[in-house]
Amino acid sequence: MVTISNITKTYNKRTTLAVDDISFTVNEGELFGLIGPDGAGKTSIFRMLTTLLLPDKGTAFVNGFDIVKDYRSIRNCVGYMPGKFSLYQDLTVEENLNFFATVFDTTIKENYDLVKDIYIQIEPFKTRRAGKLSGGMKQKLALCCALIHKPTVLFLDEPTTGVDAVSRKEFWEMLKRLKQQGITILVSTPYMDEAMLCERIALIQTGKILSINTPEIITRQYPENIYAVKSNSMSKLLYNLRESELIDSCNTFGEFHHITFKNDNEFSQSTLLEFLRLNNHQSIVLKPIQPTIEDCFIRLMNK
Amino acid sequence: MQEIVIKTNKLTKKFGKFIAANEITFDVYAGEIFGFLGANGAGKTTAMRMLCGLSTPTSGTANIAGFNIYKETEKIKKNIGYMSQKFSLYEDLTTLENIKFFGGIYGLSNKQIKDKSDELIELLGLAKEAKKLVGTLPLGWKQKLAFSVAIIHEPKIVFLDEPTGGVDPVTRRQFWDLIYSASDKGITVFVTTHYMDEAEYCNRISMMVDGEMKALDTPTNLKQQYSAASMDDVFFELARGAKRKAD
Amino acid sequence: MNQFFTFVRKEFYHVFRDGKTMLMLFGMPIAQILLFGFALTNEVKNTKIVICDYANDISSQQIINKIEISNNFEIQKIILSHKQIEDAFKEGNIKIVIVFPANFINDLLQFNTAQIQIIADASDPNTATTLTNYVSSIIAIYQQGLIKNTTIPYQIIPEIRMMYNPELKGVTNFVPGVMALVLMLVCVLMTSVSIVREKERGTMEVLLVSPFNPFLVIISKAVPYFLLSLVNLSVILLLSVLLLEMPLNGSILLLYVESSILILTALSLGLLISNVTDSQQSAMLISLMGMLLPTMIFTGFMFPIENMPLPLQIISNVVPSRWYYIIVKSIMIKGLGFGAIWKETLILSGMTVFLLVVSFKKFKIRLE
Repeated sequence: MVTISNITKTYNKRTTLAVDDISFTVNEGELFGLIGPDGAGKTSIFRMLTTLLLPDKGTAFVNGFDIVKDYRSIRNCVGYMPGKFSLYQDLTVEENLNFFATVFDTTIKENYDLVKDIYIQIEPFKTRRAGKLSGGMKQKLALCCALIHKPTVLFLDEPTTGVDAVSRKEFWEMLKRLKQQGITILVSTPYMDEAMLCERIALIQTGKILSINTPEIITRQYPENIYAVKSNSMSKLLYNLRESELIDSCNTFGEFHHITFKNDNEFSQSTLLEFLRLNNHQSIVLKPIQPTIEDCFIRLMNK
Repeated sequence: MQEIVIKTNKLTKKFGKFIAANEITFDVYAGEIFGFLGANGAGKTTAMRMLCGLSTPTSGTANIAGFNIYKETEKIKKNIGYMSQKFSLYEDLTTLENIKFFGGIYGLSNKQIKDKSDELIELLGLAKEAKKLVGTLPLGWKQKLAFSVAIIHEPKIVFLDEPTGGVDPVTRRQFWDLIYSASDKGITVFVTTHYMDEAEYCNRISMMVDGEMKALDTPTNLKQQYSAASMDDVFFELARGAKRKAD
Repeated sequence: MNQFFTFVRKEFYHVFRDGKTMLMLFGMPIAQILLFGFALTNEVKNTKIVICDYANDISSQQIINKIEISNNFEIQKIILSHKQIEDAFKEGNIKIVIVFPANFINDLLQFNTAQIQIIADASDPNTATTLTNYVSSIIAIYQQGLIKNTTIPYQIIPEIRMMYNPELKGVTNFVPGVMALVLMLVCVLMTSVSIVREKERGTMEVLLVSPFNPFLVIISKAVPYFLLSLVNLSVILLLSVLLLEMPLNGSILLLYVESSILILTALSLGLLISNVTDSQQSAMLISLMGMLLPTMIFTGFMFPIENMPLPLQIISNVVPSRWYYIIVKSIMIKGLGFGAIWKETLILSGMTVFLLVVSFKKFKIRLE
């Protein structure tokens, strides 16, 4: 559905490299995630695929159309939701929807099935100006507008940034339902925990793809065993772990620190426990865990 | 008895009929990392603006760093630091110029500014970037620099409004290292975040729901209280009841 | 077509829901026309006048009497030497001096023609014009009285001298200038800001990634501001004709057609500006700086173009409002038809076509 081959994009007269020789494909009906921090190149990729920017090098096709030559055809069949809230703040919810429906030469009625789930959530506020909606509601309205013409491919650039955890969860549930209706969805996010909700993901950092696969395979490919450690004094624990000769990597992860050993065996584990006890740590927990996408990302970044 | 640096009593802010913050009462201790969570529109920004002396409360009282929130806002501003995700530094000034500028604003002497600049550049490993425009630095570095600049005058409290939004996982953790070292120096850190793992790094967490402070405790206690496995679940448990969805 | 109308309706929503835009669109023109107009059209009464009467004969006495009984003037004193004129002005009390040459009546009766010198303090140009007009008309009435009694065509030629500001401009000159200024400013500013606003808010991205033809975006943007500008023009015209008593001697239709051409020029300029800027502030700044000064300076209603150094005169040729100004003056004041202004119209139209083509060519169908 979407094919990208060796795409490179620079800004400021080729001094700033935004996207560095990236290739990947997205299959029909897939929910594909571009996972990476700000400045990784996610928005540039999206803008090239939606024909808003021209690549410096490489080719890309959306729905079989060339992003440079067939830009008009692509604009007819894709839905796009930019990172910044991009509706008219001074128009009401309903006026926005009607406007975008007409721009796409359709009506709300015509594709009501597709947007129904989302629309009924914002319908109570339909006479309210879009600028007065909460972050979550704005995102829902923007999604509605992007869907109004029943696109074959949907591009969502950081739809959940700045949105609270509850609204984020709701948003992902909506995406799942859309996927069931056969729409190919490309979504980008800086939140690593959202990666698990995609079918396939590309981890991206400074314009390069670090890894691309299903989230399960990416986490399974983590080469070392990973352990979660916790004690009564977490900041001191972090300091001790970093100073220990046994530890290869140590990162904070919420209430635990995630570690890998240089030599992963029983002996290392017991030596570490002994070392921590000597340093007055109490109620120590050390347990093997499944790596998360964030573990993988950190590892790939540090490589 | 720990020293209290923020003390509020029934702090309320109304915009017309709309009650953005409703009778918020809490204490924050010196050197504490205080997490301030809540869904969009729960009233976090409103509360934070009042605490920084940027907006006058409708009713209630508060003392920030020992100063009255109504009468001594100028003194409050001298004793706090503030950093937000949106505005942090001047992109068209160099690293060094930014440090000097903010040092100057907070009334540091030339010698202090000189020492501080050297110290910060050393600490952040920015020696090569000292003369580069801030606009050209990666986001993560900018945020670390912005934080260091926000505490350049060694304030009693620093307010951080979503400081790590969109920052990569490695830099995010480095950022928290900076927060910890500030806290070790006795600076109270008041921080909002959308990352639930970061909530775990706070000493205590407060949750705003519909303009009210619905919960305030250590992460461990909160998880116990709501019999939740993670802070994520605690957040959901509390935020699900929110009525103020569209506001 | 439906798409197009929806877009235009949306633009109107933007305008009507934003107080600032409304103020700019309607408040500014009204304020300007009233300011320029009223500051310049106060009627002058009981002005102190000095008469230098070398003639001191019946004829000069009769004219002086007529001046004295008109309520516009109050004779300060009658002097007998040219040297005292300068002093009288410097004292600051008087605004105008009338000089009757010696042998005034002899010239009039023998050669059928005589001269009167009118010297006015034109540091306040509006007052000076009004005053000289008053004096001229008094003389004209006197002259008519003379002609009635005889078959000989006596003729008194008032020789007017403007002191301090020889290139005096009056109210009738200002209104067309303000019309040009307002139309240029409002159209350029509104179009550029409204397009850049879409860029700034990210809505342009969504519009571009839609089947909507990018050029239709431009046209849909232009239509509302075109219509609003015509409304604006009507308001200005009404105000100038009713309140400022500006004459409208020519065809109103022709005036609207010509104004439409200028509006189109302004719209395409606004479009060009929106292409090179990314923020509303810079669009506003460029529009104000780029339009206000050249229009004020090179239109000709504030500073006479004929008096400018040659390079500036040449530059003034590329300022659209300069041609529009000539056109409006010809239609409104002189009451001329298209035949008299076809050249200016052609130049203005040429500029419009050129700017439109350039701005369409320059319009970005992508983000860079």
